[in-house]
Amino acid sequence: MGEAGFYFIQQLLNGLTVGSTYALIAIGYTMVYGIIGMINFAHGEIYMIGSYVAFAVLAALALMGIDSVTLMLSAAFIISIIITSTYGFAIERVAYRPLRNSNRLIALISAIGMSIFLQNYVRIAQGSRDIAMPSLITGGWSFGPEDGFNITLSYMQVVIFIITFITMTLLTLFISRSRMGRACRACAEDLGMTRLLGINTNQVISLTFVIGAALAAVAGVLLGLYYGVINPYIGFLAGLKAFTAAVLGGIGSIPGAVLGGLILGVTEAFTAGYFSTEYKDVVAFSLLVLILLFRPTGILGKPEVEKV
Amino acid sequence: MSQCLLEASDLSMRFGGLLAVDQMALNIRTGEIVSMIGPNGAGKTTVFNCLTGFYQPTGGKILFKGQAVEKLPGFKIARLGVVRTFQNVRLFKAMTVLENLLVAQHRHLNTGLLAGLFKTPSFRKSEKAATERAAFWLDKVGLTEFANREAGNLAYGQQRRLEIARCMVTDPELLMLDEPAAGLNPNETSELDELISDLRKSHGVSVLLIEHDMKLVMDISDRIYVINQGRPLASGTPEEVRNNPEVIKAYLGE
Repeated sequence: MGEAGFYFIQQLLNGLTVGSTYALIAIGYTMVYGIIGMINFAHGEIYMIGSYVAFAVLAALALMGIDSVTLMLSAAFIISIIITSTYGFAIERVAYRPLRNSNRLIALISAIGMSIFLQNYVRIAQGSRDIAMPSLITGGWSFGPEDGFNITLSYMQVVIFIITFITMTLLTLFISRSRMGRACRACAEDLGMTRLLGINTNQVISLTFVIGAALAAVAGVLLGLYYGVINPYIGFLAGLKAFTAAVLGGIGSIPGAVLGGLILGVTEAFTAGYFSTEYKDVVAFSLLVLILLFRPTGILGKPEVEKV
Repeated sequence: MSQCLLEASDLSMRFGGLLAVDQMALNIRTGEIVSMIGPNGAGKTTVFNCLTGFYQPTGGKILFKGQAVEKLPGFKIARLGVVRTFQNVRLFKAMTVLENLLVAQHRHLNTGLLAGLFKTPSFRKSEKAATERAAFWLDKVGLTEFANREAGNLAYGQQRRLEIARCMVTDPELLMLDEPAAGLNPNETSELDELISDLRKSHGVSVLLIEHDMKLVMDISDRIYVINQGRPLASGTPEEVRNNPEVIKAYLGE
């Protein structure tokens, strides 16, 4: 395999790394849309809060003199998940549930308002400067010729692959096997009918927000450590990217969100690697426009059937 | 005379300027099969929607087993034992036949997340009970061999039967069927007739029926309400209704 091949694989690995975290965030968009048909535009902010909580936890543990990477990472994940889940739950209760029966546009505007509120709340509380995340996991493997281009696979990338894989497997098991997962699927198909079977659909909707927020927290911790820098505005771009991923894969479909996230990540990496880093966002959002124009249901989405 | 299971009085439903249901009174005694008939647009389905909490009636009272339910959300009314079907089939089409019956038992089951993920003994036990219950009803409506098929792939008549089974696994006291015979052939309709009679006889469920198939209605009902333009036109036994001059006038013209 020549140099070009190595370079290709490197871009692919980078793309899959970022793409798998997009997928985690995209699942939150897609699940909420699947059940109540609204885009939760505050979801990107949840991801950002996840990063901040992780930073706070890592800093606190470092102050206490704890330096076990496993312990620090587990604590960051657990506390971040708990706190963002609470945010996800509260956002739905405060900003969306009272508007459930009103026009879709009103809920959407409420979501945008919530997003601006959270962004500014973190900005005021934490400052708008970039914060450097501690580099917890360093090093990696290199493959390739002595004097040519080497493929680097960092340990951090491996951690990202493993954690996203575990998270998605757990989610899939939950949706397909558990009773609440069954109820989620029923709600996604026919919310009104599910309610008439005596299921408290509000509980299921809350759960969807909590799961989405937990997944966003996982992405927040991982991407925060991967990029090494966080600020109150990272949620905006990440949220839009994940939304693009969800639409690309077919909004409402969980496998679609995963596929869309990976495709988007890889597309960005190739644009950055072969063309120019500055253009990667342009290409990502051009992809969104193209999908909306030519295949609005996305790759795995089913055409919406008009309910009679 | 047996007890009143459901009693609605002065029930009204207004949509803007349209009074879809006007001062409707209706009662169902325990163990009865009661039908509502009337021309299209008479407000029969609107009455159903009010009784099941799908709409909040704009006026009137609804008592179920003596408890006022007109302000309760749909899922709470369902939990009291009122369950319904719709004119169009509303199964969870992407889920299997068995899953449709399991999800209907959701509220009876232990739904703990951890219990589900780790399959604790109590979880297995209640899941097993739910599956057995589902199997009983699948057998009853003749769908056992389709248990693991996607509900959307069943034939229309089978989907109708699955809907009734899905109602029955919730162990209702009042089963409300909105045009269950629509789209069925005469053979399937007579099977439906037998099924409904059997549900009352063996499971003690009371039935409120909207139906246009007069043979089925006359055959199966203890009492019939005739509704026209949102108002009760007449009520009584099939015999009384058939001979009521008002009804004959509304249905057949003078």
